[in-house]
Order: sequence, then C-alpha cells, then structure tokens
Amino acid sequence: MRVPVSILGSQTIKTFSSIGRMSIFIWKFFYWIAKPPFRLKLVMEQLYFIGNKSVFIILLSGGFTGMVLAYQTYFGFKLINIDSLVGPVVALSMARELAPVLAGLIVSGRAGGAMAAQIGTMKVTEQIDALEVMGINSFQYLAVPRIIAGTIALPLLSILFLLIGNIGGWIVGTKALLIDESLFFAKLSDFMFMADIYQGLIKATFFGFFISLIGTYFGFNVSKGAEGVGRGTNLAVVWGMIVVLISDYILTSILVKIL
Amino acid sequence: MKEFAVEIDNLVKEYSGVEVLKNISMKIPKGKITTILGFSGAGKSTLLKHILGISKPSEGLIKVMGTDLGSLHSKELRDFRRNFGMVFQYAALFDSLSTFENVAFPLREFLSLGNNELHDRVENLLTAVGLEQDSFNLYPHELSGGMRKRVGLARALALRPKIMLYDEPTTGLDPITTKTVNDLIFDTANDQSEHELTSIIISHDVKASLAISDYIAFLESGEVIEYLPVEEFKSSNNSMIKKFIELS
Ligand SMILES: Nc1ncnc2c1ncn2[C@@H]1O[C@H](COP(=O)(O)OP(=O)(O)O)[C@@H](O)[C@H]1O
Ligand SMILES: [Mg+2]
Repeated sequence: MRVPVSILGSQTIKTFSSIGRMSIFIWKFFYWIAKPPFRLKLVMEQLYFIGNKSVFIILLSGGFTGMVLAYQTYFGFKLINIDSLVGPVVALSMARELAPVLAGLIVSGRAGGAMAAQIGTMKVTEQIDALEVMGINSFQYLAVPRIIAGTIALPLLSILFLLIGNIGGWIVGTKALLIDESLFFAKLSDFMFMADIYQGLIKATFFGFFISLIGTYFGFNVSKGAEGVGRGTNLAVVWGMIVVLISDYILTSILVKIL
Repeated sequence: MKEFAVEIDNLVKEYSGVEVLKNISMKIPKGKITTILGFSGAGKSTLLKHILGISKPSEGLIKVMGTDLGSLHSKELRDFRRNFGMVFQYAALFDSLSTFENVAFPLREFLSLGNNELHDRVENLLTAVGLEQDSFNLYPHELSGGMRKRVGLARALALRPKIMLYDEPTTGLDPITTKTVNDLIFDTANDQSEHELTSIIISHDVKASLAISDYIAFLESGEVIEYLPVEEFKSSNNSMIKKFIELS
C-alpha cells in the first residue's frame, strides 16, 4: 500500500508545485507588462510571427469547415424543408464556437509550440543568460511581447476564420446547393446577432492569452539536454490545446448567461 | 593598498542540500588576468554566476568593485551587471540577429547613438576581434565556432565593461583557433589596461592559463585549494595541481 500512496503523494506535490509556478508566471506577466520599457516593436514582430505561422492554415481550415458544415446541415435540414437556415447555422456555430476554438487549436500547434521552441533554445544555449548579463530582464523581453501579441492575434485570426468560413458556407449553400440567395441572407440577419460575434471574440482573446502564456512558460522551463527543447515544445502544444478545450466550456457557460 | 575587482567572503552555495561551493574566500585584483582552473563539475561556472549576481549565495558575501551584490535590489543589480562583459562557452549569440546586430544589440539597448556612430562603433569592435566586413551580415549558424567566439567577445566589449568574464573560452575549439582566442583575450586585457580592465577566465586549459594569466586559482569540489601568482602556481606542491599540470 505504501507505494501507490507515495506515488499519489509525489504526483500531488508535483501538480501543486506546477500550479504554483504557473501562478507566479502569470503574476510576473501582469507585473512586468506595467513596467517600462514598453517594447512595441517586439510586440509587432511577434504579431507578424504568429500571423505568418498561422494565416494560411486558418484560411484553409476556415474555408473548408464552412463548406463542409453547409453541406452537412443542408442534407439534414432539407428533409424538413428548412434548408434556408443553412446560412445562420453555419454563421452561428462558426461565430460562437468553431472559429475561436479551431483557430485556438491551430495557433496552439503552430505559434504556441514555436514560442516554447524559441525560448527553450535560447535557454539551453545560454542566450537568456546573455540577456540577463547585459542587464535585460529576459521575462520582460521574451515573454511579455509574446503574450500580448498572442492575446491580440487570436481574436483577429478568429475573425478571419469566421469570414472565410462564411464565404465557404455561402458558396456551397447558394452556388452548389442552390439555396435562394436573398433567403440565405434574410435568414442570416434574422438569426445572427452581434452578441454571437462578441462571444467568439471574447473566447478567442482568452485562448490567445492562455496559449502564449503556456508556450512561453514551457519555453522558460525546458530542462537541459538534447531532448529538453523538444519535450517543452510538445508539452506547450498539448497543454495549449487542452486548456483551449476546457476553458471553452467554462467561458461558454459564463458568456451565454451574460451576453 | 591593492585594489580588488571582486572580493568573495565565505561563499557557500547549496543546491537541494548539496554544497556545490564550500566556503570560498578570494580576492581578485583589478586590472589583472585571473584564471580559475578546475576539473569539470568543480563548481567553476557556479562561482562565475555568483560573481555576476545571477545566482544568490546560500551564505557569504560577494563584493564587486566595492559594492556588496547582496545589498542591491534586482533592478539595481541588473544595471550593475553592465560593468561586466561575459563571453559564453558557446558564445550564446542571439540566433535571430546577424553578426552586426548581435554586437549592436547592447549599444541600441543602452546608449542612444546616432546611426553613423552606432555603425562606427560596431565596425570598430568587430574589426578589433579580427572579423572582416563580409561576415558582418552573416547569422550565427553561418559562422564557425571560432568566429562565433569573436563575435561574442565583440558583443561583450561593446559597453566597455570593467570586468570581462570568460567561461571556458577555448573548450571545443581546434588548436589554432584556441591560440587565436587566447591571444585575443590577452590582447584585449592589454589594450584596455589603461582602463584597468579585469579579466576572469574559467578554464581547464592549463597551458594557456599559465601563459596568459597573472593569477591562478584552483577549484576542486567547491573549494579553492590554491590561489597564487602564476609563477608560484607553477611550482605548487599540491599533488592534485601537480597532476593537473602534468596531464596537460
Ligand atoms: N542549478 C543547479 N541545480 C543543481 N545543481 C547544480 C546547479 N548548477 C550546478 N549544479 C551542480 O554543481 C556542480 C558544479 O557545477 P558547475 O559549476 O557547472 O561546474 P563546472 O563549471 O566546474 O564544470 C555540479 O555537480 C552541478 O551538477
Ligand atoms: Mg562549467
């Protein structure tokens, strides 16, 4: 009996110390974001980096998701003659769930992992020590701009996903499935509200914050040695995705009440 | 009275209960080259990190140019570190920046120079360590180990530090590059001797250390077991040091 109990005990300690370290990391972010120097140039560079990494896949998956969604709902709705509702169904599910969540998963895999890899490499090759020796706060220099950029970038990418997805839905709905175009748009404006878009954007903002927080956290915490960086990158991707999915549920349950 | 760049008093450092540095006391003189020799794992890098104030002592006191590092707040400590120039074992160049930008980095960060002046200073620094114009725009991954070391040295010198620190500057380099790097360290110390530049080198290259150092300390299992002017060090009676010198 001792062995399982002690394993459970050491796992619990590990979990709590990770949570503790993560909390300190978050606290440090809010502390250092408020202190000069404000490195706008680095934020812009990171925005460009995230965009560059993700825009193409966002367009690709957004377009196809919208198209497939239009197809799938059409054949169900056709049975009960409500096929004119394909537009709003695509638009609503995109705006409230699919755009922020899928964009979040994509950015997690692309940019979140890359953040961990970059910072992790800088750590094991002593580039972070080099910054510190020059008197530069490495957290403020490396983590803060990435977290700010991630928090700004994800809502923007999510809008892009939403737009291209709806274009996909519109093309399939009106051109391939021949739903009447004026009906398509009429229903869209009947059922779609700004609150739906806000809900998605708020969620995307949180996801962007979490993903870049996790990416930079695992970057700073890579272990020395050859596999350290690879492992850190993996953990950043996996945890980024898990946190997107779990926080999506929590945020949704809160936002549907207040919006 | 002799002046000291670094004074270490009863320094103890433990990592999870293990003493990595055991009660080290030593005074490193200003304007000289001091080498800390020792086998790998002896605690050399750890000692260097304490001099830089990156690691905090478990016990004891470290003064750099008369300032007690323990008395500085983290912001003051960061600013204070600009007195140091550090050359890392594998150079630790920023791999997203070109050779030129690596050296320009500390200048851009801390001085507000005009474009021309910045350009001149970077060029002077890079030329002084023997790099040609055509390598200024290369990125770290396009440079050889020896060239990277040179860029690292130029970057470390950019803010005209009072103390230069070298962590195993020649480990992993071929014999010819090793000689060049040692000459560079020596010349740098001499060129700047009117500014009283202090050099602290960590090494296990005995031959080079004997050739370029003024003082040598021997660190073994976290203790300084010998610390002498170089001529006296050569004739040390300590059996471990005799073996270390013989083996090289
Ligand atoms: N952050 C750390 N945590 C735990 N142990 C450490 C840490 N840094 C160094 N050590 C240990 O201290 C000892 C001395 O390390 P180091 O100073 O790197 O030696 P050297 O540079 O002389 O090769 C080693 O046994 C190393 O494992
Ligand atoms: Mg070392």
